[in-house]
Amino acid sequence: MIQLFAFYLFACVMVAAGALTIFARNPVHSVLWLIVAFFNAAGLMVLVGAEFIAMLLVIVYVGAVAVLFLFVVMMLNIDFAELRAGFVSYLPFGMLIALVLLAEILLGVGIWQAGPVELAGRAAPVPTDMHNIEAIGALLYTRYIFLFEAAGIILLVAMIGAIVLTHRARSGVRGQNIAQQNRRNPKDAVVNVNQPVGQGVEL
Amino acid sequence: MIETASLLMTMPELLLTGAGLILLMVATFGGDNSARLVGWLAVAALAVAGWSLCGLPSTGGEAFDGLYRADAFGAFAKVLIYVAAAVSIVIAPRFFATGNSGIGGAIRAEYPVLIIFATVGMGLMVSAGDMLTLYVGLELNSLAAYVLASFMRQDGRSAEAGLKYFVLGALASGILLYGISLLYGFTGSTSYTGIATAMADGLSNGELFGLVFVLAALAFKISAVPFHMWTPDVYEGAPTPVTAFFASAPKVAAMGLLVRVSMEAMGSALTSWQQIVIFVALASILFGAVAAIGQSNIKRLLAYSSINNVGFALVGLAAGTAEGVAAVMSYLAIYVVMTLGSFLCVLQMRDADGNPVEDIASLAGLSQSRKGLAAAFAIFMFSLAGIPPLMGFWAKFLVFDAAVAAGLTGLAVFGIAASVIGAFYYLKIIKTIYFDEPAGEYAPAGSTLESALIAVSAAIIVLGYLLNPLLDATSKAAAAAL
Repeated sequence: MIQLFAFYLFACVMVAAGALTIFARNPVHSVLWLIVAFFNAAGLMVLVGAEFIAMLLVIVYVGAVAVLFLFVVMMLNIDFAELRAGFVSYLPFGMLIALVLLAEILLGVGIWQAGPVELAGRAAPVPTDMHNIEAIGALLYTRYIFLFEAAGIILLVAMIGAIVLTHRARSGVRGQNIAQQNRRNPKDAVVNVNQPVGQGVEL
Repeated sequence: MIETASLLMTMPELLLTGAGLILLMVATFGGDNSARLVGWLAVAALAVAGWSLCGLPSTGGEAFDGLYRADAFGAFAKVLIYVAAAVSIVIAPRFFATGNSGIGGAIRAEYPVLIIFATVGMGLMVSAGDMLTLYVGLELNSLAAYVLASFMRQDGRSAEAGLKYFVLGALASGILLYGISLLYGFTGSTSYTGIATAMADGLSNGELFGLVFVLAALAFKISAVPFHMWTPDVYEGAPTPVTAFFASAPKVAAMGLLVRVSMEAMGSALTSWQQIVIFVALASILFGAVAAIGQSNIKRLLAYSSINNVGFALVGLAAGTAEGVAAVMSYLAIYVVMTLGSFLCVLQMRDADGNPVEDIASLAGLSQSRKGLAAAFAIFMFSLAGIPPLMGFWAKFLVFDAAVAAGLTGLAVFGIAASVIGAFYYLKIIKTIYFDEPAGEYAPAGSTLESALIAVSAAIIVLGYLLNPLLDATSKAAAAAL
């Protein structure tokens, strides 16, 4: 029963947040709504017993992608003075969202203790003797190891590509030459001068 | 657990990946001065990988629980891919080194490395036994291809080509993934055999949607007609050796992939995909022929020519029989030789200062200044047009023969009629070379290697019938493996 209640809560908030992502006038607000949607999606994943994907959603989407979006949005020409002027008037609203998120996190953790929702149709049986993080690892590193390694090569190619397309040797840059630094003799670099008082230094 | 047999069956890919990683190290520490060395080592690696194909990688069967299929079909396609990749590596240094008015500068050492990794991806594509392998292979190949297209980054056209290819390619990848997810959702499996089993008892609507999306995305990769828009721009903008690569190796890989997916995974839904393939084939043949007529840039013209040729190859697939598949494989083999030969000739097009030119009009009078090059150009154009004594005719004959045998006489008749339209623009080039008033002077042949490669390709096109028993036997064996 409580699972069902939680499901509808997460689902409704997620859909509403998704709609607000599109309708928000201010792009920064759009991104913040997107983060709310991601959090609720993570809650839904916890409900069906996929803690790994839930964690992934929070870490990857909220932690990396959404922050990246935020950076991009901030590159856009937005009048921040105007935004800050509204901070106090937005404060109750922001607190409300924070409270909703907090309540959802607490609820999600509580539901997780109560066990997952039973889905009607499952293509494959769920292994009962291991956690789903363990199950994913067991599949990824045995049956799909070949593709896992190939995916690694794809990332390597992406890295080579980024370097090939952007790296250029600039002239006039002073690179570090460690061998030269180590070869350097203190005698060549430091000169002791017995400086008479009252005269200028001769360099 | 990883079995030794699986590793042995994937030996060509493992060898090439290892070689790619080592060559990357050589390139990093050797700098761009080592580019030629890296290039030749890459060619050696391709040769070793090709040699490793005889044995388990061409006969082994399923590796890694059916993710990878080591059979004669994959081996046949891989030989073509390796040859095309090796040629694209060999011809690159001279193009990048000379006469790009300071745009390209010397070749950079990453070029052969990227081609090697693209080749690994193409090997995965043609040997895929699972939708996941298909996707990973396709992405590996595409990602390397995007970078190669914009390799001359200071050149505006090259950068434009890379960006266009990337944006449209990403869209196609998205479509492909969506199709795969539909197929997985409605059949409960990503493996070709699993999908085939699920499709055997009638095709549900969801499966049909998945099939259409997958075919649409693959049509993009082979640049068949409703999804061909990127081809002329990318082929024109990319550096010529890269264009030669795009027109040969990835075409073979994507075509092999399409044939394997259609025949193995969706074999029982033949009637559903047959109409799609027939439409795509007809549209590609007709559009490729008509749109090429107005072109004045030789690389653009060859791009439309490749669209046209893909249409002909699809005629063989539309037959849906083992003969049809064998015809497609033979077509691809001959197509690779013709295309590489044509692009080698394009590489020879340099004005008196040694700068590359791409205007068809500048070819005028070539028959007087460069007799050998003019003759080779004529041979490749006649062959692409399908004029009888040359191999291009034999390729077209095989696919139409297979189509007629499968009862698609209408398709064959239409295809032959459209190939006459296509012959017009090929013949126009020959007319420009032989009968027009000489335009500008051309630089003399600068590289014996390129001349030798042109001579070999031309010889294969003219005397290829001597190789016919070999081609016949191997393509039949490849088709029988599906």
